[in-house]
Amino acid sequence: MVWVNDIIQGILVGGLYALFACGLSLMFGVMKVINLAHGDLAIIGGYIAVGVIAVTHIPVLWSFVIVVPLMAVLGYVLQRSVIQAALDRSILTTLLVTFGLSVVIENALLEFVNANSHSLGVNDAIITSSFSIGSQISIAYLLLLIFVVAVVVLTGLQYFLSRSRYGRMIRAVADDREAAQLSGIDYRHVFGIAAAIAFATVALAGIAYGMYSQFSPTTGTDTILLFAFAAVVIGGLGSLWGTLLGGVVLGVSQAIGAQISGSDEFLAGYIVFLAVLVLRPQGLIARKATS
Amino acid sequence: MSEQGPSEPKGRGDAWTEERGTSDTPRAPKGAARSGLSDTPREPKGAAPSGLSDTPREPKGAAPSGLTSDEGARREDGASRAPGGERDDTAPGGERDDTAPGGEREDTAPILEVRELTVHHGQLQALDHVSLRVFPGEVYAIIGANGAGKSTLLRTIAGLHQPTEGSIRYDGQDVTRVRPERRAISGIGMVPEGRRLFGSLTVEENLQVGATYARKGPWTIERVYELFSWMKDRRAQRTEQLSGGEQQSVAIGRALVANPRVLLLDELSLGLAPVVVQRIYGMLPEILATGLTVLLVEQDVSQALRVASHLQCLLEGRTTLEGKPSEVTPEQVEVAYFGLRTPVGEGSEEP
Repeated sequence: MVWVNDIIQGILVGGLYALFACGLSLMFGVMKVINLAHGDLAIIGGYIAVGVIAVTHIPVLWSFVIVVPLMAVLGYVLQRSVIQAALDRSILTTLLVTFGLSVVIENALLEFVNANSHSLGVNDAIITSSFSIGSQISIAYLLLLIFVVAVVVLTGLQYFLSRSRYGRMIRAVADDREAAQLSGIDYRHVFGIAAAIAFATVALAGIAYGMYSQFSPTTGTDTILLFAFAAVVIGGLGSLWGTLLGGVVLGVSQAIGAQISGSDEFLAGYIVFLAVLVLRPQGLIARKATS
Repeated sequence: MSEQGPSEPKGRGDAWTEERGTSDTPRAPKGAARSGLSDTPREPKGAAPSGLSDTPREPKGAAPSGLTSDEGARREDGASRAPGGERDDTAPGGERDDTAPGGEREDTAPILEVRELTVHHGQLQALDHVSLRVFPGEVYAIIGANGAGKSTLLRTIAGLHQPTEGSIRYDGQDVTRVRPERRAISGIGMVPEGRRLFGSLTVEENLQVGATYARKGPWTIERVYELFSWMKDRRAQRTEQLSGGEQQSVAIGRALVANPRVLLLDELSLGLAPVVVQRIYGMLPEILATGLTVLLVEQDVSQALRVASHLQCLLEGRTTLEGKPSEVTPEQVEVAYFGLRTPVGEGSEEP
């Protein structure tokens, strides 16, 4: 029964990891950008939420209404300026540029916020409590909520990409941006849209993490980015459902590792990550991008 | 007429690009072609600007006179404008005369005009002062061997390469610095070399993407399905799963649904079986009947000769021959295509 509980907890945490990962996966799938500042941007989302809540006193759960659009705009602007400029040079340049962005963000946060941990305390009793199934299994509403949000986000994203006009344009540009230009599509704008969507999910990830745990300026790189990478690699780059699967596999292996020995939690996750890299480098679900 | 013809061409060209003293490379083949052209004064096709129909242009069999009537005006302008324009005899052989912008011509203006286009790929010069003028309703074929610069020319017209020199005018506007997507929206469509379909999208989605910024016009996705009868039943298939000929058809459809005014076709025959090539080129009349102008690039000379109403041959980035298919001899084409020897007629035209 203990194991069942571990697996269930692992699956639920996997939802959070999938939320970390889907923006990373989307940006790689569409513009082949590996965004090394991904985790730091999630943390920025968290800090913005802290600020927004302090100023407006809106409920924590509703902070996304402000944070998500802000981050989406930031995503569009960053893509059209810094990241596009790097892309025009080479794919490798984008690695350097986003790494630089990561360093800048982290140090700016240390400078202007401080190194203390923050969290987004949810006061709503329903969210902070949990319910039990039998005597051994206890499920936190918050974790369940995050998992549901992750599934909704991924489903919505999948639907958007496969059904909508803009989604079609995004896939077309991902396939062949020059051919898309010949059809009148400005791929830079489409990249901007894709980045805006990715940053919106990053904002959600930051808020979710702030409610689930606590963050400091370095959390972005040492936790979120690493878990996002692991989830993306396990699931398969560029595949949205693979991202969810990857997150869940990572979460479950961490939970099982923790059960074996408290100190093996993260180790177990990374062992699975390495095993996938060696045995099935394309990920559990090979990239089909869409439909 | 005939004596005027030869001398005119350069004059005009230089009005815009006076700097070019390139003259000295004798472009023999042109001369030859030109002679063929010059003596039959072309009369304004303008007479029937809209009607592709009434003078069916058969590239081949038709009597020369029938053909000439089509594109006559260029010549004529040459004559009329001559007084005004300063000449430069050193200029490279303009195989036919270019009229200066704003020059008075009785017939339609060129829909696409490329002047002295030079394009580099890094250090490599892919195009060397290539000019051409495409008039509405034409099928303008550019032939040449591998590496002659044909595709580069087309891609530059579409905006995918920036020229180092020269200009491109479309519908009277200078579009040399316009981004490719803006050109596409304004009516320059292209079927790129190698099809370049969106492989993870279905047939129908490919067409939908093509129609994203469609202009108003006769072409719709339904109409494309009528043109290629197999397509509708397989519209939900991914294009990756189609054969080469089917992919080429989808690529043509994708370009058509945007209702371009000028359609650039880059090596339609590439990698396709001859039967399939025939079939695809067989669609051309139906496509042209909707009022399109076609500029195509083709390695397969016989195919190009079959469909073209005007022919231009490139060799190592330079124009080596230009004229109507009926007026160039196979020998001239051979020389222009391969650049093997100096043609007999060389120099004879020089004033």
